[in-house]
Amino acid sequence: MVSKPHGGRLVRRLVAERTRERILSEQKEYPHVQIEHGRAIDLENIAHGVYSPLKGFLTSDDFESVLDHMRLSDDTPWTIPIVLDVREKTFDEGDAILLYYDDLPIARMHVEEIYTYDKREFAVKVFKTDDLNHPGVARVMNMGDYLVGGEIELLNELPNPFAKYTLRPVETRVLFKERGWKTIVAFQTRNVPHLGHEYVQKAALTFVDGLFINPVLGRKKKGDYRDEVIIKAYETLFEHYYPKDAATLATVRYEMRYAGPREAIHHAIMRKNFGATHFIVGRDHAGVGDYYGPYEAWDLFGEFPDLGITPMFIRESFYCRKCGGMVNAKICPHDKEFHVHISGTKLRKMIMTGEQPPEYMMRPEVFEVVRSFENPFVE
Amino acid sequence: MAEEKKYTTVSIPKPLYDKIKVRIEGTGFTSVSDYVTYVLREVLASLEEEEKEEVFTEEEEEKVKERLRALGYLD
Repeated sequence: MVSKPHGGRLVRRLVAERTRERILSEQKEYPHVQIEHGRAIDLENIAHGVYSPLKGFLTSDDFESVLDHMRLSDDTPWTIPIVLDVREKTFDEGDAILLYYDDLPIARMHVEEIYTYDKREFAVKVFKTDDLNHPGVARVMNMGDYLVGGEIELLNELPNPFAKYTLRPVETRVLFKERGWKTIVAFQTRNVPHLGHEYVQKAALTFVDGLFINPVLGRKKKGDYRDEVIIKAYETLFEHYYPKDAATLATVRYEMRYAGPREAIHHAIMRKNFGATHFIVGRDHAGVGDYYGPYEAWDLFGEFPDLGITPMFIRESFYCRKCGGMVNAKICPHDKEFHVHISGTKLRKMIMTGEQPPEYMMRPEVFEVVRSFENPFVE
Repeated sequence: MAEEKKYTTVSIPKPLYDKIKVRIEGTGFTSVSDYVTYVLREVLASLEEEEKEEVFTEEEEEKVKERLRALGYLD
């Protein structure tokens, strides 16, 4: 049995076609609010149930409860505040407003509450720091002074260059059922796969029916791999090295917060909504810089006996010259001098200079794909 | 500023309380209340897991399957 949606029911906030047409024909009658890309993505995720049980952006009760207790006010585990900020109040509580992204009306929102908040408190509680060098903190400090809570209804999908690979929870749930998978492990990634990733994924797959690779697409930092490179690299890896009846690839659009342990829980909740029963939690999951301990996220999972998805803690892998394969610290008895750690930075450099990485670092087929792009990295 | 989350009081037998108090020594739990909350959340979650799974209508499911076939996810 795949996981039950978080909170019990899969949320779907899509309006019927006739209602949609009516709302759009009356759009001039609604107050308009422009929202940024990250919030538009959140909105889509709410509408399609990726963020179940949220039906909209958090009201103050839920917001404060998430900050203080990592739970919604009804006690459901929830660690990342999904909030809509505005710079000025151009509408009132009780209004229905239209949310626009790039002049496209994407949703109607029923404004339940407009409230103020303490940005520093937000940053410190979610990111455990108020250091502006942390990208999540910098974003919070740059948010508008008001938060708007209330339920949403999706009117238009955002333009999506990767629609072919974008599956919604309702679709992955049917897919898993059709494939006969009862236990599914999800893997979150923002990178092209190297042998370390493959080792972790296959180690996890050993214990379940299916592997669900779920790359996060969306706005990236300079130097990150481009979305199309990640997809092509995984397509190639699947073609040559993955069992077709036990692994699948689908993407999700999501804006990373880099909130480390708290975000690891959030990532697990998202995958639970897709139907996954297990979730791979890596070393320094969703971290940035050295703000979080390498295995801090593992500890936080212990505080959520009611999460409804089982974390799989798989240690960092490396190549051992003596073992002659990928191993981890728990299973390899040999000295560090035999160990070769796969460094993402080193791989990037090799890709940039066209130097073929050794096969224990990256599959040659994957390297060929990455190299075929004129520039595989975000500039 | 956030209003403190509301708590309520439940009664448990004193011997049980004492047993829990001993049991949580040296663990991460700082109070009997924390431990009881943890255990109750665990129990409730496992009961909810056993409840009937949400099902889609046949029509909805067929529509989804069509899209999955079109995208190459299903044969």
